[in-house]
Amino acid sequence: MAQTQSEIRYLTPLSVDTQKKKYCRFKRSGIKYIDYKDPEFLKKFLNEQGKILPRRITGTSLKFQRRVAKAVKRARHLALLPYVTDLMK
Amino acid sequence: MNHYETVFILTPVLSDAQMKEAVEKFKTVITESGASIVNEENWGLRKLAYPIQKKTTGFYTLIEFDGEAPVVKKLETAFRRDEKVIRFLTFNLNKFAAEYAVKRRSLKKAAKEEKPAEEAQTETNE
Repeated sequence: MAQTQSEIRYLTPLSVDTQKKKYCRFKRSGIKYIDYKDPEFLKKFLNEQGKILPRRITGTSLKFQRRVAKAVKRARHLALLPYVTDLMK
Repeated sequence: MNHYETVFILTPVLSDAQMKEAVEKFKTVITESGASIVNEENWGLRKLAYPIQKKTTGFYTLIEFDGEAPVVKKLETAFRRDEKVIRFLTFNLNKFAAEYAVKRRSLKKAAKEEKPAEEAQTETNE
């Protein structure tokens, strides 16, 4: 006997996680060039282990995601960013 | 006549004089092969994100120059020959990068003139 939905009472209203519209921050703020010499800015696109965050999380467009990846790899080459670390932030 | 910028790291074991002389050597390599140096910065001794050749700090230097393509080849062979340099990266500035570099230079100069306690280098350029 399928329990009807209304019988289940929740203390708080069941909030389906509202899908916040993701946007590409580069297009919005009009940044044209991502500098590989500025580790602080690039850290926003890395997770704790220092790995590059995927687009589905950061929401950046494909064009800028490639530039971010290239900049991060250049920064890693110059030891401005680590290849792998723990609790970098 | 395209714009290049090169960043290289010198081993920290050098004395100050040797470091200056090494940087001078590379600048002469650039200027004598017909390129013009636009800007030169040294970020001084910085901690490396991972040890390179068992060293955890390095002396960073940035040189921006305009020149022909063969200049870069000569510069990089000089880097490879010199064992004081532990890492180098040469980068060809496209028009957005060049425009950003000009903006960054003016920002650095402004920061230097004001002599604030902490030099905030903002990235967002509207």
